[in-house]
Amino acid sequence: MSADAIVEVAGVGKTYEGRVQALADVSLGFPSGKLSTLLGPSGCGKTTLLKIIGGLIPATTGEVWVKRRKVEGPGPERAFVFQDFALLPWATVLRNVAFGLELRGVPTAEREEIARQQIVEVGLAGFESTYPHQLSGGMRQRVGLARALAVDADIILMDEPFSSVDEQTRRKFQEELLDLLRRKQKTVIFVTHSIEEAAYLSDRIVLLSPRPGTVSKIIQPNIARGQRSPDEIRRDKNYLDAVDEIWQILRRYVA
Amino acid sequence: MPRTHRPENPRVLWHLASFALVFGCWEIAGRWPISVAFPPFSQTVLALLRMLADGSLPKAYVSTLQPLVIGVILCGIAGIGFGIGMGLSRAVEWFTLPVFIILQAAPMAAIIPLITYIYGIGLTAKVLAVVFLAAPVVVMNSYKGIRNTNPSLIQMCRAFLGTRSQEVVKIILPHAGALIFAGLRLGLAMGFIGVVIAELLITPTGIGDLITYHSSVADYPEMFAAVASIILIASLTIHGLERLERRLFPPELRGSS
Repeated sequence: MSADAIVEVAGVGKTYEGRVQALADVSLGFPSGKLSTLLGPSGCGKTTLLKIIGGLIPATTGEVWVKRRKVEGPGPERAFVFQDFALLPWATVLRNVAFGLELRGVPTAEREEIARQQIVEVGLAGFESTYPHQLSGGMRQRVGLARALAVDADIILMDEPFSSVDEQTRRKFQEELLDLLRRKQKTVIFVTHSIEEAAYLSDRIVLLSPRPGTVSKIIQPNIARGQRSPDEIRRDKNYLDAVDEIWQILRRYVA
Repeated sequence: MPRTHRPENPRVLWHLASFALVFGCWEIAGRWPISVAFPPFSQTVLALLRMLADGSLPKAYVSTLQPLVIGVILCGIAGIGFGIGMGLSRAVEWFTLPVFIILQAAPMAAIIPLITYIYGIGLTAKVLAVVFLAAPVVVMNSYKGIRNTNPSLIQMCRAFLGTRSQEVVKIILPHAGALIFAGLRLGLAMGFIGVVIAELLITPTGIGDLITYHSSVADYPEMFAAVASIILIASLTIHGLERLERRLFPPELRGSS
């Protein structure tokens, strides 16, 4: 396991209700400051693995170490972005973004100040006092992302954050996400079932096999991003190779 | 330039028209006459005014509303408490849920003699009749409101380091608020039924007494006026609570995000 792994997963297995085995003996490390994707066919346990890393569900076997400390539950160094956004329907955008800080007992003025900054960062300036039901799916997920950024965790865990967002919005969102996360030097663990999304976003792609999920292969696309436009990246040879390589593996798993 | 006056809300006109239609039919049916025991609308209104003027109706309501208000307040405190307790704790649920399921299914009229046997014919018995009818719906609504909390929101709260008490105060209770309030409103509706049944079956007092008495001496307009007045008061109260509920818990702010 690499020395700079901020998250280490050691022999993690998960069996639900004594019958369904979702994960079997997963061991891998997630490098600090990189965006890693968990990719696999549906039901391979990728969301389960993410929630175990997040401390939201316990592993049946094995351990997770974050910053060399064993995970016993959620922690301040990890923030979660949910597939279904998980916003409070009765709270404004501002309160939703500040909610993580509210739970930590940060005084109102201070947490709203931080929340306002994050709302600007995710491109929702002007929507502070609107309610989730007035926002589109893409905008709701920006609120979810801003909430995760507001608690200033080093590690951001994202569970299929764009699966409820339409395609056009998703591309724009992906580009902005890349930009934002690189500027902030966050470590991101990202669950997706989209090959293109994984290849486009990731420094490292962890391919999981079908249930019970195990690490099938780790691919590092090595796409030179630099100052290149998203369209240039999507025409990059390494990007296209990565998409092809992933598909060659995944196609065996699709019945 | 003077503008022709248009009603702000044409629905109000329709409402008035439907009242006029119903009361008109009642008047015609009463004058037909369908039965000597069925007075026309106009006579019923006159009887109502008479009973208001001689103070018998206000006096009846003072004694009817007493057990109703006490019973509904008891349900509001203890019922919501039990419902929330059952929603939050499996132990309380195991212990209490069967009681309320049985209460919900039990035919009230069959229980009332039992209440009278134990508690006599005073205020206590009437309050109990209200509580027995109102409590199940108050408790069950609170319980379901708590249990139906979006699990994703609870997980979110935990992921952002919320404690169990923060989870209850900031997620579960606001989420259940609308259902709890609706339970209270339905409980009040059941309470009206309970108090009238109690006054008809336990001791003739209040509005139940007015109905029984006037029917026994064949003052049918007075009897109908008493019946109509309790229906009117019950439906206006319930309707008012429903409006309050919509204002306090707008539907668009309730659903899962």
